[in-house]
Amino acid sequence: MSTRTDTPTRAHRDPDSRAWFGVAVVRNAWRALTSMRTALVLLFLLAVAALPGALLPQRSLNRNLVDQYFADYPAIAPVLDDLGFFDVFAAPWFASIYLLLMVSLVGCVLPRTVEHASTLRAMPVATPRKLERLPHHGTAVLDAGLDEAAGRVRGRLKGWRVREDDDGAGRTFSAEKGYVREAGNLVFHLSLIGLLVGFAAGKLFGYEGQVIVASGGGQFCNTGILGYDSFRAGLRVDGTDLAPFCVRVDDFRAEYLPNGQAESFDASLGYQSIEDLEAGRVDEWRYFPLAVNNPLRLEGNRVYLLGHGYAPRFTVTFPDGQQRTGDVQWRPVDQVTLLSEGATKFERPGVTDDEQRRTTQLAVTGLLAPTTSGGDLVTSVFPALRDPEVAIDVLRGDLGLDDGRGQSIFQVDRAKVDSGELVRVARANLLPGQATTLDDGTVVRFDGVREWVSIQVSHDPGQNAVLVFAVLMLAGLGLSLSIRRRRFWARLTPVDGGGTAVEIGGLARTDRAGYGEEFDRLRADLLQTPEKDA
Amino acid sequence: MLTEFALYSDRLLMAAVGVYVLAMILHGLEFARERLENDVLVGAGGPPTPEPPAPAPLPPARPATAPRVQANRFGRMAVALIVLGAGLHIVSIVLRGVSAERWPLGNMYEFTSMICLTAVVTWLVVLRRSPAMRPVGLFVLLPVVILLFLGGTVLYAQAAPVVPALRSYWLVVHVTTIGLSSGLLLVSGTASLLFLLRRSGRFASLAQRLPGADVLDRLAYRTTIIAFPLYTFGVITGAIWAEAAWGRFWGWDPKETVAFVAWVVYAAYLHARATAGWRTGSAAWINVAGFSMIIFNLFFINIVIAGLHSYAGLG
Repeated sequence: MSTRTDTPTRAHRDPDSRAWFGVAVVRNAWRALTSMRTALVLLFLLAVAALPGALLPQRSLNRNLVDQYFADYPAIAPVLDDLGFFDVFAAPWFASIYLLLMVSLVGCVLPRTVEHASTLRAMPVATPRKLERLPHHGTAVLDAGLDEAAGRVRGRLKGWRVREDDDGAGRTFSAEKGYVREAGNLVFHLSLIGLLVGFAAGKLFGYEGQVIVASGGGQFCNTGILGYDSFRAGLRVDGTDLAPFCVRVDDFRAEYLPNGQAESFDASLGYQSIEDLEAGRVDEWRYFPLAVNNPLRLEGNRVYLLGHGYAPRFTVTFPDGQQRTGDVQWRPVDQVTLLSEGATKFERPGVTDDEQRRTTQLAVTGLLAPTTSGGDLVTSVFPALRDPEVAIDVLRGDLGLDDGRGQSIFQVDRAKVDSGELVRVARANLLPGQATTLDDGTVVRFDGVREWVSIQVSHDPGQNAVLVFAVLMLAGLGLSLSIRRRRFWARLTPVDGGGTAVEIGGLARTDRAGYGEEFDRLRADLLQTPEKDA
Repeated sequence: MLTEFALYSDRLLMAAVGVYVLAMILHGLEFARERLENDVLVGAGGPPTPEPPAPAPLPPARPATAPRVQANRFGRMAVALIVLGAGLHIVSIVLRGVSAERWPLGNMYEFTSMICLTAVVTWLVVLRRSPAMRPVGLFVLLPVVILLFLGGTVLYAQAAPVVPALRSYWLVVHVTTIGLSSGLLLVSGTASLLFLLRRSGRFASLAQRLPGADVLDRLAYRTTIIAFPLYTFGVITGAIWAEAAWGRFWGWDPKETVAFVAWVVYAAYLHARATAGWRTGSAAWINVAGFSMIIFNLFFINIVIAGLHSYAGLG
C-alpha cells in the first residue's frame, strides 16, 4: 500500500483507481474532521448550540415555564419545540455536535499519543547549523578548555534530555525538555472522553425520584417507581431493580431568621440499608441527620432533603356519627411565608350506591397560613408553624375520582365546579380545634398541622468515574499549560590561543509565552554575560 | 457592633472606588502629558506617526523633557493610589465577612467586589513584573470601577446570613475560585481588547501610548492560562457541591450551561493559539467573547433568568 496517490484528481483519471478515489475522499474527510480548524469550529458550534439551553425554558428543568412560553409566544413556540429548543441537551443536533467533536478529538489525540510514545524513546534532533537564526541566541568566548566548557554545559543541562555529538571541529549539544506538557495535554483530552462516557452511563443507568413523606414517623421504601410522586428514569432503567432501602422521617426542624429567611433545615432520619433488610433487621432504624448539603449516601444511592411544607389535619364527623380524618400535604404557594394551598378529599363512609357516592363526596380546599395575620383574609406572615389558621371552602358533590382521569392531590377538578356537580357548601376561617357545620349536620374540624418533607432519591452509577476523570482532566490541563516544551542547543569550538567559543540557541516548541526568561538564565550561567535580550 | 463593621465595610469600598477613580484620572493625565511630549518631539501639527516605538520605560538616552517627567510622575502616583485602593478594598471585604459572620461571598454584590479586587491585585502583580505596562492601568481600572459602581448600587445587599443551601464549605472553595478566575479573566479580556485596538490602527493617538501588540497579547495569554485551570477547578467544585446540595452534579441549570459555554469558548481560545492563522487576531476575539460570557453569566443569568443559582440577594 505504498502507492502514492495523494490527489484525488489524479486517482480519478486512472481507471484502475476508482477505489483509491473513494479511499482518498474518506481519508481527506477524516483529515479535515480531525484538523484543529474543524475542532475549533465544532467548539464554537457547541458553545452556540448550548446557549438556547440557558436562554429558553427547558422541559428538563421546569415544565411550567415551557408551558408559559407556549402561552406567551403561540406563534414561534411550536416551531422551536419541533426543532428541539426546549430540550436542547437531548436534541439530535446538539448530540451530533458533541459526538463529532469527540470523534475529531479521538482522531487527533490517538495519533498524537502514538507519536508522543515514540518521541519519548527518540533522541533530541541534531544541532542546526545556523544557531543565530533561532529566536533565542547567544555567543561568547569562554576562558576554558573544550572539555571543561563541555562539562559546564553538561552540568547545566541536568534534567534535560541531552544528545552530545562530536562534529569534528568541536562539540555540539542538543537538549530538549518539557515532554510532560504533551503528556498532560493527552491526559486532559483522553480524560474528557472518559468523563463523557461516565456522564452517559449516568444518564443510561441512573434515576431520580421525589417523594413527600410526613414528618413524625412517615416511611418510604425504595422498592419501585409507584412509591414515588415523580420519577425520572434513565434510558436503561425500568424500575424493577431499585436498591430496596427504607427511610423514616422521625422529625423535621426548620429555623428561620426574624425576617423569615430560612436558616437551617434538618430532618432526623431513620434508615434501613439493603444489608439490614437482607439480614432481617426490619425493626432497627439507624439514625442519620439529613440536611441540605448533607445527603444520606447508601451504596450508590443518595437521599436528599429537598423541601418541606405543611399538611393540615381535618376530621369530618358525618351526621350518622361516623368520622373520617384526612391529612394530605398541601403545597406552599409562597416560598417566603409558606402560605399553602391544597384539597383534602373525603368520601362518605358506608355509601355504596354509585349515584349517591357521587353527590356526597367532600373536599376541604383553601389556604393554610403557618403563622396567620389574624385578619378576615387569611395570609401568612412567617414561615414557621407558630399560629396556624386555615381559610377553607367545603365542596360537596362529585369530585370526579371515578372518572379514570388522574387528578392533582392539591386541587379539585375545576370542571366539576363549573358544571355544578361540585358545590360549595361552607366557607370558614378555622384555628386549630375549631369546626364548621354544614347544612346537613356534617361537622368539619381543623385538628392541627403536621409537617412533611420532600425527599429525593438519586442514583447515578457514573458519577464517581466522572469525578475521577474530571480530576485527571484538571491535572492534565495544569501540566499542559504550565510546562513549556523547549529545545536548547550549544556548539562548542576551541579557539586558537586557548579558550572555547560557545554558541547557544533556543527554541520554544509550543507557544510564544516565555522561554525568554529561562533562556536568559541559561545564557547567564553558560556564557557569563549579564542578562540581556539578544 | 457587627452592623458597624458592615457600615465600615461599605464606607471603605466607597473610598476604594474613589481612590481608583483618582488613579484613573492620574493615568489620564499621564496620557495627556505623554501626548504633549510627543507633540513637542514630533512638532506640533505634524503628521501622526503611524507606528511609533512602544513607550518603554524611559530610555535613558532620550532627553527628559518636562512633560515626560510629569507624565512619569502622574503614572507613579496612579500606581501608588491603586495600591492604596487595593488595601482599602481588601479591608472592606474582610470587614464584610466579619459583620456577616460568614465567608464574604454570599451574594452578587460581594462576588462582584471580589472579582474587582482580584483584577486589581492581578494588575499590580503584572505591573511589578513588567513596569512598562503601566499605561494599561487606566483600561483595567475602567471595568473595575464600573463593576464596583454597579455592585454598590444595583446589586447592593445588606450584610446578612445566607440560605441553608449556601451553608457549605464548598461555598468557600467554589465561589472563591470562580471569583479569582473571573478577576484574572477580566484583566485578560481587557488586554485582548487593547491588543485589538492597537492592531486596528484606530484611535492611534491613544493606542500608540499602549505597550506593543505582542506585549498585550502575551499578557492576555498568560493570565488566561492561569485563569482557565482555576476556572475549571471552580466548575468542578461547583459540580461536587451541586451533587451534595441539589442531588445531581450537573443538571444544565442556566448558570451551569453558560459556565459550560464560557469554558468551551476559553478552550477554543487555547486551541486557536495553537492553530496557524488563528493565533493572533481571531484568538483575541475569542478571548473577548469568553469574557463577555463570564459577564453575561454574572449579570443576565442571575438577574433575568435566575434558576437554581438565585443567590443574588436582589429583590
